Order: sequence, then structure tokens, then C-alpha cells
Amino acid sequence: MFPPKIWREFPQRYRLEASQCQKCNKIAFPPRLVCPGCGGRKFNAMKLARQGRLVHFTIIHTPPAGFEDQSPYAVGIVELDQGVQITCQIVDVDLTQLAAGQRLIIEFRAIQKDGESGTIAYGYKAVPAMEHNS
Amino acid sequence: MRDVAVIGIGMSKWGECWQHSLRDLFVSAALQAIDDCGVSRLDSMYVGCMAPGLFNGQEHIGPLLADYLGVTPIPAVRVESACASGGLAFRQAYMEVAAGFSDIVLAAGVEKMTDVDGEAATYALGTAADQEYESFQGITFPGLYALIARSYMQKYGLTVEDLAAVAVKNHSHGLKNPRAQFQRAITVEEVLQSSLVADPLHLLDCSPITDGAAAVILCPLRKAMKLSKHKPVKVIGSGHATDTIALHARKQLEFFYSSAKAAEKAFQMAEVTPQQIDVVEVHDCFTIAEICALESIGLFEPGQAGKAAAQGITHLGGKLPVNVSGGLKSKGHPVGATGIAQIIEIVEQLRGTAGERQVANAKIGLTHNMGGTAASTVVHILEAC
Repeated sequence: MFPPKIWREFPQRYRLEASQCQKCNKIAFPPRLVCPGCGGRKFNAMKLARQGRLVHFTIIHTPPAGFEDQSPYAVGIVELDQGVQITCQIVDVDLTQLAAGQRLIIEFRAIQKDGESGTIAYGYKAVPAMEHNS
Repeated sequence: MRDVAVIGIGMSKWGECWQHSLRDLFVSAALQAIDDCGVSRLDSMYVGCMAPGLFNGQEHIGPLLADYLGVTPIPAVRVESACASGGLAFRQAYMEVAAGFSDIVLAAGVEKMTDVDGEAATYALGTAADQEYESFQGITFPGLYALIARSYMQKYGLTVEDLAAVAVKNHSHGLKNPRAQFQRAITVEEVLQSSLVADPLHLLDCSPITDGAAAVILCPLRKAMKLSKHKPVKVIGSGHATDTIALHARKQLEFFYSSAKAAEKAFQMAEVTPQQIDVVEVHDCFTIAEICALESIGLFEPGQAGKAAAQGITHLGGKLPVNVSGGLKSKGHPVGATGIAQIIEIVEQLRGTAGERQVANAKIGLTHNMGGTAASTVVHILEAC
């Protein structure tokens, strides 16, 4: 992965930076130039809250390149408490205990490595809320 | 707008065609289509192809393929919309003839997928999803459709056996198609015992990696009789729609909004109702996709298509035969060629030349071709003349 591409994505991957439409209040993640809700073009910058719930998940048994050492792993759609849905891995969890609806917290983690000596890309993954607090 | 007919069709056997290149696959299908109707010239051509840059290290395939077909200097362009590339190449050709820009237009599709290893092929296919916000996180295409399956299961109580029944049905159809990649019957047990790719989808819930090409020729309906020995097949409806690229941005995963909108357009234009459709080819890239597609385009009520394969409704000889060609599952899925192969199956059904796969008295047929997780859908309705 070319460093400028990874660098450009830091605000979303590291800090969940989003934008909220000044007209209809819809939150866009990643930020957009046109609001998908009302077509508005003025936004306030904001950060997404890190709490949410698991909507749907799957266990990946045939992983793509760069994820071989993690397989099998869970990935799914997480709805954050402000209503925004994201796709990410669900980790630090017994895969047999995962259930739709369970509370999750978004953490900062390494996502993939570009070979032995290439760039390491970081980003967000979800962990169970209970274990996180204990 | 002029009425348009499909007058020529061409397609070789699909599979792992180690001896054939991208250009050879295309040219042999295009020549079959030209010979099928006997036209002496082409005015223009469109080729659906998803990712020749990633699969073959080759872009700019419009002129490349026109050159090797020996038809330069006619206009030739590649159409890309992931797995809907073929259906959209057909729509471009249809619009060009309908609008009066050209009379004889080739619409083709091709994908040469085995020039890279499985990992690179998975990457290439994954580019149809949102690379930055889906693929980056480690989700694969089977993974995205697994989420759709989970959503459907939770809402309507579908079982993995119901999913497997779709694969079993399409393999039983493919057994009757000499051009299918897999001419082999499978059982529900075999599907469930095949390796898990992305829970709940097993290997045999997924369409394969395939090399293949398909081509058709379109012309104005009033010239069709003069140009071709075959009974012309009229294009009576065409619809195309889009949806969010990322699955997580949707309110419902199991209802394909782009498919619903594309079908609505096509039905309106054709002035027919879903009840009048005799035979259907839908985009079964995964077993769950066939179920969701049938509901989204209005051929089944939401929640009603889940058990259709298990109950025999969508089998050849059933109330509404679906994917009698074998579908993507058994016929194979060279992504850019799939949409054109669907048109070819419907043309053969409406000509009455589908042999063992023939649906009795088929008069109106529909094709549903989608890209990504239904971020693109193109629907066509064809009628026997």
C-alpha cells in the first residue's frame, strides 16, 4: 500500500472522524461532499461515539491476502449509537458466542500488513463491551 | 425509438480454458454470433468485462478485440459495472440500435479469470465492493453475501438446507447444458459438507472462477427477418439502477433496491406483469442471491422465495423455472460474460431451441444481472415474435 493513501485515511481509521449535515443532521462516515440524506453541502466535523451493537456477522474461513494468519475471524456490520453503520472485524471474542444485537466497543487495532517489511495499516475493530469494561 | 431484436447468439463451453486467451475467447464467441445470423458487417460493438487490468494486465480492450475480430475501424468500447458488465454492454447496444445510431451492433462479454492465482482473483473480484470501507477490513465477497444470508435467515427463518437446494437445482439444470462449466449433479449433503467459505455459505453455495465469453447481435426489429434465418426475439423492456456501494449503508440487506428499481423500469416499459414471465435467469453468484433477487424484482413476495427451490417451484417443469441454464452456479461465472450468457439462454428458450432445458411454451423471459452486492442491477425482458 502506498503511504499517501494510508496517511489520507488516518482521520477515519484512527479517530472515526465523520461529518454531520447542517441542514438535516444526517451523519456521514466517511465525510462526503454531498449529504446522502438531503443533498446538502454544508457539514460540521464530528467524531463518532465508539459504542454500538452487532447487526449481522459472518465467520470468514477463506480469507483474502493479508488476513491469512487471522482466519477464521468474525467480521460484520456494527451500528454505532448515533445510527451510523460500519463494517469491521469483531475480535477478542469466542466465535461461538457471537450474537446479533450484542453490545460492542470500537478499538484501535492493526488491520493488515503489506508483507514482512511493508507498511502496517491500522484502523478500527470491535470488541465485546462487557469484556472491555471488566 | 425503434423496436430492437436479438438475431444472433454465440457462446463456447465455459470452464478453465487454459489454452485460450482473453482475445481468443471473445473472438470465438463473436464469430459464432455472426455466423448464427449470417450478418456481413457490424456497425459497432460493446464488450462487458470487469477487470482485464487485474486478471490479464490488459486495459483498452475495445480496440484490441475489434482488431482481433477483424472489424476495425468500427467503434468498440468496454463496458464495466463489475458482474453486471455484460448486461450493461447489452443495454448500451440496445440503446444505440433503438436510438437509430447504428443498425447492427455486437454486444459481448468476456472474462479470462485463470491467468492469476486464487488470491489475486479474490482481490480482483473484491474491488467490486467498497475497497476503503469494506474490503480493507478483511471482508470478502462471499462474506458480504453471508451477511445478506444472515439477515434473510433472521427475518424469514431460512435454513442452510434451503440455501443448498438452490445450488442443487442449478446443478441439475446445468447437467442439461453442454456449455456449462460443471455438468454434475450435487446433493444437499454435498453442499453442506463442502468447506465453509464465510458462515453460513459453503463452497458449493458460491459460483466458481470461470473463463468464458458470450456474444449476441442486435438490429432493428423490422430488419431482423431479412438479416437472420432465426425467429427474431424482441427486447421489450430494459431497466438499470444503482444503490450504495457499501452494504452497511443500507436499511435492508436482503432486499436489493437497485434490482427492484431496474425491474420496475423494465416491466413498465414492456407493459407486462411479473405473472406473465415464463422463464427467468437471475444472478445467483451465491445461493442467497437467487432468493433475494427473485423477491426484489417482484417475482415472489418478500420472504416467499426462500423455499422455492426446495419445493420445486423454480425447477425446470416447476411453476416458474429459474436459471434453467444452470445459472452462475453451474454454468460458471466469467463475470463480464455472465449478463450476455443470460440473454443467450432466454433467446434460446424463446426460439424454442433449448433442447433438454426447454421450458414448454416460453413466450416472455427475463434476465437479472447485478454487480457487487447489488450496487448495480440491469434487467431485460424479451419476447418471442
